[in-house]
Amino acid sequence: MRSLSEFISLGGYGFYVWGSYLFALVAIGGEVLSLRRRKKSSDKEGR
Amino acid sequence: MNLYKYASPAMFYPLAGKIIPWFAISSAILFVVGLYVGFFVAPVDFQQGDAYRIMFIHVPAAWMGMFLYVLMAIYAGIGWAFNARLASMMASSISITGAMFTFLSLVTGAFWGKPTWGTWWVWDARMTSTLILLFLYIGFISLQASIEDTRRADRAGAVLALVGVINVPIIYFSVQWWNTLHQGATIRILNKPTIAPPMLAAMLIMLVACWLYSVAVVLIRLRQIIVEREQNAARFAEVVT
Repeated sequence: MRSLSEFISLGGYGFYVWGSYLFALVAIGGEVLSLRRRKKSSDKEGR
Repeated sequence: MNLYKYASPAMFYPLAGKIIPWFAISSAILFVVGLYVGFFVAPVDFQQGDAYRIMFIHVPAAWMGMFLYVLMAIYAGIGWAFNARLASMMASSISITGAMFTFLSLVTGAFWGKPTWGTWWVWDARMTSTLILLFLYIGFISLQASIEDTRRADRAGAVLALVGVINVPIIYFSVQWWNTLHQGATIRILNKPTIAPPMLAAMLIMLVACWLYSVAVVLIRLRQIIVEREQNAARFAEVVT
């Protein structure tokens, strides 16, 4: 088991690895949020 | 039981609503398990150090981008050939998620390329053909958005989607056909995979998680499209009468 700081730096590749996963979170989260917003706007019209 | 009845949007709508939570929950669980295996069980790679861990999101994203394109083209084709509205709506719904995964594969690929190749981007056969895949998705989405009549938009989209299918085998075989910077396939159907079992496990779990996510989000959007098209039809009827 490595220490927290080692885990964050990932042997110097931390920026690239965490950058990738952060972007994945933004992309997937963004899709879910935009879908929710789309539903809200059509719900409003439906009433 | 008559399965064909679910081909009608009105019958399909409640069925989809019932199965969506199952896909969403199992996807979330598998994302957590896949990341756990990928970061805590899989060992450090002797060549690439920890940089290879980008693979657990990059490879599933790239596969989803290709699979979803083929799936989108099949649904668009069925919707066009058999005048099946639900299939066309399915194609529209898939296009957004497919574009998202393709974009994700390009960005994570850049994040992987910089430390291992020394560059964010090269005009290599695999990367260029993947960029073309993203443009095909964007073309499909904007073409559909630009045509008011939904059935005409569906047909125009189907033509574009079906023509663009030729790009998918080009992406897949690009690493064999051309001399590329991008590495060859790690997983082959007939050969033994060339990576350690925990690495392979993490990648496959993430792939299944991405599949389940796609099913959930595509069905949610499909239900949304059904509602929106009905609202459009109602608005049109109001204008006419």
